Amino acid sequence: MKTFEYRAATGVDDGLEPGAMFLAGGTNLVDLMKLGIATPDVLVDVRGLVPDEITELPDGGLRIGAGVRNSDLAADPRVRTRYPALSEALLAGASGQLRNMATTGGNLLQRTRCRYFMDATKPCNKHTPGSGCPAREGDHRNLAILGGSPACIATHPSDMAVALAALDAVVETSARRIPLTELHRLPGDAPERDTVLDHGELITAVTLPALPMAATSGYRKARDRASYAFAVGSVAAALDVEDGVVRDVRLAWGAVAPKPWRARLAEEQLRGRPATREAFLAAADIELEDSRVLRDNAYKIGLMRNLTAWMLEKLAGVTR
Amino acid sequence: MTATLPGAVGAPLARLEGPLKVTGAAKYAAEYPQDDVAYGWIVASPVPRGRLVDVITDPTDDAIAVLWHGNAPEIAATDDPELAVLQSERISYRGQPVALVVADTLEAARYAARTLRLEIEAEEHDASLRIDHPDLYTPEKVNPAFPAESVIGDPDQPGLVDVVYSTPALHNNPMEPHATIARWDGDQLTVFDSNQHPSGIAATLGQVFGVENVRVVTEHVGGGFGSKGTARPNAVLAALAARVTGRPVKLVVTRQQMFSIVGHRTPTIQRIRLGADPDGTMTVIDHQAYSQSSRLFEFAEQTAVSTRHMYAAPNRRTGHHLVRLDMPTPRWMRAPGEAPGMFALECAVDELATALGMDPIELRIRNEPAAEPESGTPFTSRHYVDCLRQGAERFGWADRDPRPRQRREGDWWIGTGVAGATYPTMAQPSTARVRALPGGGFEVAIGAADLGTGARTVLTQIAADELGVGVDRITIRIGDSTLPQASVAGGSSGSASWGWAVTGACRALRENGGDQAVFDTTELIAEQEKEGRHAFGAHFAEVRVDAVTGEVRVSRLFGMYAAGRILNPRTARSQFLGGMIMGMGMALHEEGVLDPAFGEWVNNDLAGYHIPAHADVEEIDAAWLDEHDDQINPMGSKGIGEIGIVGSPAAIVNAIWHATGIRVRDLPVRLDKLLGGLGL
Repeated sequence: MKTFEYRAATGVDDGLEPGAMFLAGGTNLVDLMKLGIATPDVLVDVRGLVPDEITELPDGGLRIGAGVRNSDLAADPRVRTRYPALSEALLAGASGQLRNMATTGGNLLQRTRCRYFMDATKPCNKHTPGSGCPAREGDHRNLAILGGSPACIATHPSDMAVALAALDAVVETSARRIPLTELHRLPGDAPERDTVLDHGELITAVTLPALPMAATSGYRKARDRASYAFAVGSVAAALDVEDGVVRDVRLAWGAVAPKPWRARLAEEQLRGRPATREAFLAAADIELEDSRVLRDNAYKIGLMRNLTAWMLEKLAGVTR
Repeated sequence: MTATLPGAVGAPLARLEGPLKVTGAAKYAAEYPQDDVAYGWIVASPVPRGRLVDVITDPTDDAIAVLWHGNAPEIAATDDPELAVLQSERISYRGQPVALVVADTLEAARYAARTLRLEIEAEEHDASLRIDHPDLYTPEKVNPAFPAESVIGDPDQPGLVDVVYSTPALHNNPMEPHATIARWDGDQLTVFDSNQHPSGIAATLGQVFGVENVRVVTEHVGGGFGSKGTARPNAVLAALAARVTGRPVKLVVTRQQMFSIVGHRTPTIQRIRLGADPDGTMTVIDHQAYSQSSRLFEFAEQTAVSTRHMYAAPNRRTGHHLVRLDMPTPRWMRAPGEAPGMFALECAVDELATALGMDPIELRIRNEPAAEPESGTPFTSRHYVDCLRQGAERFGWADRDPRPRQRREGDWWIGTGVAGATYPTMAQPSTARVRALPGGGFEVAIGAADLGTGARTVLTQIAADELGVGVDRITIRIGDSTLPQASVAGGSSGSASWGWAVTGACRALRENGGDQAVFDTTELIAEQEKEGRHAFGAHFAEVRVDAVTGEVRVSRLFGMYAAGRILNPRTARSQFLGGMIMGMGMALHEEGVLDPAFGEWVNNDLAGYHIPAHADVEEIDAAWLDEHDDQINPMGSKGIGEIGIVGSPAAIVNAIWHATGIRVRDLPVRLDKLLGGLGL
């Protein structure tokens, strides 16, 4: 039968031999191993290696160790006051038990829950390159409207990553610093690669820059039941409004694309515009112009317009 | 009776096995240690239709045995073709067990199951139920033995409401999956199995393997909802593997496999036509139900049968239309027939009330029948109108604005809805034995199964009262097929059937003296009239719908029931609430998402198949009338296990209409079905 080696990681720069994978909280990887989707020969446990503390940066930002548990990150007073969108996103995700296990680095590297990817007996270009994508004709109600390709329309499932994308987070690895919005890649014709990380490259921390406007930030998630469900659409935003005019804005969407979707077109459109529902909806429309919908996921367009307007109105203090 | 103690029946006695369960001491089927146990893993067909030509195993695998139709021993056929496992090359649905791997460890069995190669000649398949499917036919009977059609008067008259509803495949997901440990000692087969009917499973396994001596142990069961009512393939596969390998074999069905092989609720399409005079007197009721079964077995769900009992109307018709598809066999799931059928009927009645400009409660009361609307048989008791009126009073219905989309608080559209509930009152033959023990105690024995509902507790209460002793003097033994034969824990008939037998045995002991008495209810039940026996109820829901996202929350859910004598208010309340929550899941969450290209429900785990989470259940309550009915059984009790899911989905969907003005006629009501009609 299929066995695997297990060992504790000894050094950040040790890398990985072919066939090996890093293991952190295991809340996704272990499931994928049981399902036969992930078949590592070696598991290298990084829990004792990567930092699990949140520390202050000289510029007023925070460094979040890759080993910090989702529950600890959500509860951190500095996060709650300076980056509330991040805390809200974490608490909107998974369950208490999972958040107690899941780590910051692992959360970023979790894989799509597309039902075809999660089933080794079905074709899927992500788990078996070249085998095809049945989701386009089949079940895609919760799959991508932005950034997909003919080969793959999977969505990235993380809530946390959407907030981090909005908050200009930077991922620190054993080799380099990568803006969070550039960590995940679009599928193109190689959907098997979720991120730009090299084999053996280890996420060690995520840094949040000082961003005063992030104190006025939030996360909202629409889902198919009240808790313990992946988003069908989500929005993270931070907003700076003066005299009714948008001075600056950060906006990211979840459950619409293969990566946390930083809505830069909408942001550009909004800067200098009045903080009104009409302007917020118009900005969302610009971001959605490139969307490609299939039979059962067109509702996401209306959902994202509404969520975006609702969140920005809330942050702007516009009375509804 | 001359009981000297305050009656135990009617007292809120906590579940007797509760401490065992919360401390982990209660044993479930897969938890009985066996020396030298081997593990089975089901290999499921990856195609919905075809022939299994060969199974090629990897010789380096650690499997002890790989069984398939090419090498499995022959077993006898039963009336359930699903149990003829590994007997034929024919593949009838995706997910069907086509081979079984047995290995020393679970991991080795699973790995070998994944790596063996199935040589299959796949064939074209058809997985989709359609209202215009050319292969639709009217079955001879619908479950269990009702005529498929009924016609009175001229039902082709025009109606005010003519609508089509649809419900998706719903999947039984008891917390404890189906699981079996099987062991042979010579010709004696012992099976630890999670099921709802130890006596029945033992009889079936005896037939399958041609042996007399079968013992089925089912001490605790983590839910079943109907999917464990008869032997499932896991029981036969485990026993087969144990016979071949000569070792005890443990087989646990995976959550994903459960979606295909344990039985689901058929999807339905239902057309309902209702006509009424301007004063609300119904003139026409026509309910046509379309559902599916597998190629293996005709399972004809009785979707429209409850419509035969609910409302008076001179012109009426019900019909059932079935198509056989290359899909798994549907089976029972909590209130089979009633749950989807009453969803459609009770939503249509709401639509009729709107068309007439009448209050939906008054419309229902206007059409209350004096006797069974189709057969004319009198009801033994029927307090539907009282449930509607008293339920309305408690829920706070009086000031309701009948117009939809009138109440908005912040982002929420708010509305209320009502729907009726009914469930047949049944009893099935069972035998109980009571023995006087030294020291003044009594042992009561019956081969019943407690699914976690409190059956063990309620039977103890019944026995205590009949023997005139406290419950602490009663030792109850259930969950073993070697005990006196008991009927299935299904059809909301467990307490009635087993309680009747226990009552009879205890009375016989008191009246005749001696150390032991046995009582068999077969003859008494055979003499009973079967028509005109139902529990009734009314469900009330208040929902709020988020104008931004279309998300629905059920702010309040209330059930008012008339279900005979309530034997234990604590366990009864739990049953009612559980049914209502499952009804909420049916209304808002649950859906087997079919990919017709694969012939499979692709969301086959609990991350993809949503049931209500705790956060979905806000204010929920159940209450009941003090209903006396001395014609049904000695306790005067009606079944309570299923009525909570009957009508509660319609109450929620009707409330969604009242909140938003949007009629959603296909379940579940997810946000994407509402969002477009809400505005921001």
